[in-house]
Amino acid sequence: MRDTAIRVENLGKLYQIGQRLTRYETLRDRIALFARSPFRNLRRLWTRGKKRELEYIWAIKDVSFEVKRGEVVGIIGRNGAGKSTLLRILSRITEPTEGYAEIRGRVGSLLEVGTGFHPELTGRENIYLNGAILGMKKAEIDRKFDEIVAFAEIEKFLDTPVKHYSSGMYVRLAFAVAAHLEPEILLVDEVLAVGDAAFQKKCLGKMGDVAKEGRTVLFVSHNMGMITSLCPKAMLLEEGRLVANGLASETVLTYYNRGRFSPHAADFTCNGQRIGDHLATLLEAHIEDMDGNLISEVDIRHPFKIKMRYALHEKVPKPPYPNFHFFDARGEYAFVSSGNTYMGSGTEVGTYEAECIVPGYLLNNGVYFIGLALTFTYQGIHVSFYEKDALSVSVRDPIDETLDEIRSGYSGPIPGPVRPKLDWRIEKVS
Amino acid sequence: MRDRGPLPGFEAKRDNASKGPSGPVSIIRPTRGLAGLGLGQLWEYRELLYFLAWRDVKVRYKQTFLGVLWIVMQPILTVVLFTLIFGKLLKVPSGGVPYPVFLLAALLPWNYFASTLNRCSNSLVGNAHLITKVYFPRLVIPLSAALSGLVDFSLTFLVLIGLLAYFGIWPSTGFLLLPVFFAIVFFTAVGFGLWLSALNVRFRDVNYLVPFLLQIWMYSTPIVYGTSIIPDRFRWVLAFNPMTGVVEGFRWALLGEHWTEGGPETALFLVSIVTVVIVTITGALFFRSTERTFADII
Repeated sequence: MRDTAIRVENLGKLYQIGQRLTRYETLRDRIALFARSPFRNLRRLWTRGKKRELEYIWAIKDVSFEVKRGEVVGIIGRNGAGKSTLLRILSRITEPTEGYAEIRGRVGSLLEVGTGFHPELTGRENIYLNGAILGMKKAEIDRKFDEIVAFAEIEKFLDTPVKHYSSGMYVRLAFAVAAHLEPEILLVDEVLAVGDAAFQKKCLGKMGDVAKEGRTVLFVSHNMGMITSLCPKAMLLEEGRLVANGLASETVLTYYNRGRFSPHAADFTCNGQRIGDHLATLLEAHIEDMDGNLISEVDIRHPFKIKMRYALHEKVPKPPYPNFHFFDARGEYAFVSSGNTYMGSGTEVGTYEAECIVPGYLLNNGVYFIGLALTFTYQGIHVSFYEKDALSVSVRDPIDETLDEIRSGYSGPIPGPVRPKLDWRIEKVS
Repeated sequence: MRDRGPLPGFEAKRDNASKGPSGPVSIIRPTRGLAGLGLGQLWEYRELLYFLAWRDVKVRYKQTFLGVLWIVMQPILTVVLFTLIFGKLLKVPSGGVPYPVFLLAALLPWNYFASTLNRCSNSLVGNAHLITKVYFPRLVIPLSAALSGLVDFSLTFLVLIGLLAYFGIWPSTGFLLLPVFFAIVFFTAVGFGLWLSALNVRFRDVNYLVPFLLQIWMYSTPIVYGTSIIPDRFRWVLAFNPMTGVVEGFRWALLGEHWTEGGPETALFLVSIVTVVIVTITGALFFRSTERTFADII
């Protein structure tokens, strides 16, 4: 109990449609509505309690979960799945309709970048204003002021009203203030989706630091790469309900392929689906260890196998080659690997299995997404299927064991999409 | 946490990591019925209160040519205009002091009241972007609106002091009661402001109502005229308007021995105070009890 930071039980929030959700589309509609509204409102008062014609919608319903102190948990889901509502309830902006949540620790929420920024005020003034709004004390802001300015890279424009800032500068300043909040529990909603790539990278680094400092973070994002690289765990919301809660890699794959397969073993023929074309279709794929057990997590030192079954529907003059595309957690290409066409893979109609062994000491630690493809080359290049993010595997580096063995005593993060073991030679030359 | 290695660029900050389980425990669940005032929490957020008030003041006269001078110009122009109409043309009796002084001593609390009530009632809607994105005690918003008017009040006060000096008028010892009168103005404005701001979230009609309300209120308060022209049998009605006692109090306290109409009557004054206390407390309770729906309907 002591190390629980957030506990949520059967949380639900009911919204009345028409309160928040209707949008008046045209000016004409608006005028018409405006003209009618006094009478409508009177009538509503009259019929109140007699007839309930209003519609309600559960923005979230029956959501229960627990987050331990120091955990960084991603929340994913489609638009309108209830992610933001959940954060709004946890940050006490709005009340739940039912259920219960218990939060241990000072909460900081970051639902928007630059909340309360005033365009007429200068950068300096907005730092103080925004800081106070986010819950910082003046002394705290004084202490971090220089750091915030340096992070935002706006030294020269500190005394310019922010309305003259470029949108990039504005976002940088806003994020810089927010990033220097130091609550024990941080609730973040999609705020990193702004700014240029370089600054996003910087923000990502800052978020990573926050996580390492042992703070509890709930992080909503649409960027699956960000979720998997920042959050070891993730939750998936769908139509207000919590449908998955576990390893980020698995939750992300569940999100991508909801209801179709599990992330490390995928059946592509269920539900009458057909992935491929008249030449070939994808049937099944999975990841297994060298003993043939299905796995979703692998030791960085151990090799593992990716197996893919596909069907050829026509006799072809030249065998196709299967190719596997590896993406790191940020969604960037790590590498592509393919079997070649001279391996004796068949040209006859039938079912085939392709197997690829990924050696130990090749991938870095982290989550990898694997795309599966089959390519024909006898009439130019023809791709029968390419299923991106079909499988995922989480590569783990057990530091306790690898610290001396492969890390030479260094325990920090090691960047890069791969971390191959190469041949080294070191000798004294003079 | 494991030890982080010494490689530059990779070391992680960890000053907060080992604090252990601490901090407040908050429970979030649906609430029903009346809410408490939550004054303790309000006190924790006093710096935000200050910053929001400071923002309002800063922003109000940005990009104006005269800037802060406007704060002083407004009451001066009003005094000139009203003196011409009510003092010279209509010859309203002004209780033994020059009409401009008579008027400004009453305009000083009234302007603060009117602008505060106006700002308070628009404050929540005007800060909707904050309410839907950040949590803090919502009372901070109307209160900061009330605080930001203090700057205008102080500067107008300086103008009045100048005017008193010009006409050679020395305040009586009743001067010491000014803080009491001011407290009444403050709480009358805040009390009604809390009611109106909370109602405004659901019914924007309040936006249109307040200017009329203030206009009627101003003319039913002895500002351009003195209490002396009201028949005695109607005077008890005035007690329910706390601003009457306040305006009389300000004149009595500031205009000294020149003032011939005397101070507010104690009995009527007490009725005013009770009215203010009731309005303020019910206003705060109404506000607190409806604030949980603000973010959903604003």
